[in-house]
Amino acid sequence: MRNWTLGALVAALGLSGAGPAHAYKIFVSNERGNDITVLDGTSFEVVDTFAVGQRPRGIAVSPDGAKLFVCASDDDTIQVYSTADYKFLGTLPSGPDPELLVVSPDGTRLYAANEDDNLVTVIDLTTGARVVEIPVGVEPEGMGISPDGQTIVNTSETTNMAHFIDRDSKQIVANVLVDSRPRFAQYKADGSEVWVSAEIGGTVAVIDAASKAIKHTVTFEVPGLRSESIQPVGVRITEDGSKAYVALGPANRVAVVDGTTYEVLDYLLVGQRVWQLAFSPDGKHLFTTNGISNDISVIDVENDEVTQSVQVGQQPWGVAVADVPATTN
Amino acid sequence: MSATLPTRDLPRDTRAGVPGLAEERPGFPLVAWMICLKGIVWREALRFLHQRERFVSALVRPLLWLFIFAAGFRQVLGVSIVAPYKTYILYEVYITPGLVGMILLFNGMQSSLSMVYDRETGSMKTLLISPLPRWFLLSSKLAAGVAVGVLQTYVFFAIAWFWDVRPPWTGYLFVAPAVILSGFMLGSLGMLLSSLVKQLENFAGVMNFVIFPMYFASSALYPLWRVQEASPLLYRLCQLNPFTHAVELMRFALYGQMNWPALGIVLGCTTVFLGLAILAYDPGRGIMARRAPGAG
Repeated sequence: MRNWTLGALVAALGLSGAGPAHAYKIFVSNERGNDITVLDGTSFEVVDTFAVGQRPRGIAVSPDGAKLFVCASDDDTIQVYSTADYKFLGTLPSGPDPELLVVSPDGTRLYAANEDDNLVTVIDLTTGARVVEIPVGVEPEGMGISPDGQTIVNTSETTNMAHFIDRDSKQIVANVLVDSRPRFAQYKADGSEVWVSAEIGGTVAVIDAASKAIKHTVTFEVPGLRSESIQPVGVRITEDGSKAYVALGPANRVAVVDGTTYEVLDYLLVGQRVWQLAFSPDGKHLFTTNGISNDISVIDVENDEVTQSVQVGQQPWGVAVADVPATTN
Repeated sequence: MSATLPTRDLPRDTRAGVPGLAEERPGFPLVAWMICLKGIVWREALRFLHQRERFVSALVRPLLWLFIFAAGFRQVLGVSIVAPYKTYILYEVYITPGLVGMILLFNGMQSSLSMVYDRETGSMKTLLISPLPRWFLLSSKLAAGVAVGVLQTYVFFAIAWFWDVRPPWTGYLFVAPAVILSGFMLGSLGMLLSSLVKQLENFAGVMNFVIFPMYFASSALYPLWRVQEASPLLYRLCQLNPFTHAVELMRFALYGQMNWPALGIVLGCTTVFLGLAILAYDPGRGIMARRAPGAG
């Protein structure tokens, strides 16, 4: 009898867990619309839109999925919203013109790049106070963080460097020269490599995380497209490290790169000026923001196929996914 | 060369099994209908087998468009999202249903060309002399032509698959009825035209006045919203063109969706064209009759 009740309890838990496990929300920051579009992760339909600060660009969700951080670039602040009901919770002292940000895996710290001041701002999320500002190269933009939270990588667009910052000493421990205008840094889930995209250089540098040496440079070539229109920006790597996806900006394509051989496997046609990427919590879908066509494209990761494109707000820029059940408020 | 071949030299299978039944028209046994259908279809099949160049050339035409024309336009047009597609597509993907329409259009006109030829050589008389009703003879002939068109379509789909035009596999099933119906519509239009064309040489006129306008003033090459941007008048013309609706019917079916207005229009046009073609081939009443002395 006890076994039976236990079994029923487990089954009930399993069932109740099955629903919300796949339910999630997709948040898209609309740079020109000054708002955030919310989409349901099951139907990929727009369920809500809420106004935020001026020129929202980089967005991120806290590890527990409860808070959404928005870089309101023209308001010189980072805004915090609830992912459940989109209530404004407060601001964080980011310094001027924040563009991209990362949250530490333990959710205690937030790192933001201040494009105008050549700084990386470190904010303590438990107190909401600025901890320190770290001077980096000119026009910092991309922010990456190692899975253990120990190393933060910032890319500076004009200096053309990836700066490796140590969490504890808050000092730059290494600078790696990459191709022109580095935009984005992304660690592999096992922490072995950092991929840095170079917008003008048209390449992605694969940097060995331990030796800080460039292992490989990925180049792109889309038949029928001028090389100038291939501008790598957002990068995402699958959990198992087998495949990486690189948004190619005005080439309107997302490149699929083999995570071990660094060969480009495919180019997927998406909307115009594809900018940032985000995986769904289960890793089955990848979302792209397409700035000029004002939509996001949904990529089926298993088959590397674009399944649909959905209209969002004006000039979508950043995308983040929160593992919370979608509700229509 | 017209009307010089004696009828006895022509295939007789169309009449096999039915002599003597002429008086009791309404009560033909099913087997008689089947024999007649088989005869007509078999004749088309033989003609098809002996004209392999025709099959190849019918395939080369859309493939040239797919490989060369579409490649050139790939970056120029950039097709935006339009139903039934859910995301951005390459021009090759957009143009494929239109090229299937092209196959069926040419196939329909080719059959009509062969009917003009049949008339000139006299074998049309042999066909129409059969005691079975005229509508059945002509529909059988049409069915034979459509069967060839369907075969060409699927070979084209297979080649396009290697060119990265890959609709969902269920789409290949759903598109079959749409292809058959569109084939019937274009085939019966061809049949109607063939009753109007006096001589084989006049066929060039069909090319200029029917095939090209129908093909270009349709949604086969460009989405209608783009045509509308360019010229509202052309947009109206495209909407009035039954070929547009045949292409859209096939385009939606290929992605597992039903385009009801297109289905209605294609069904309606098929009925009208086929009805007129049957009337036109009626020696007693049709257009053929008026020309009979010259044509026979």
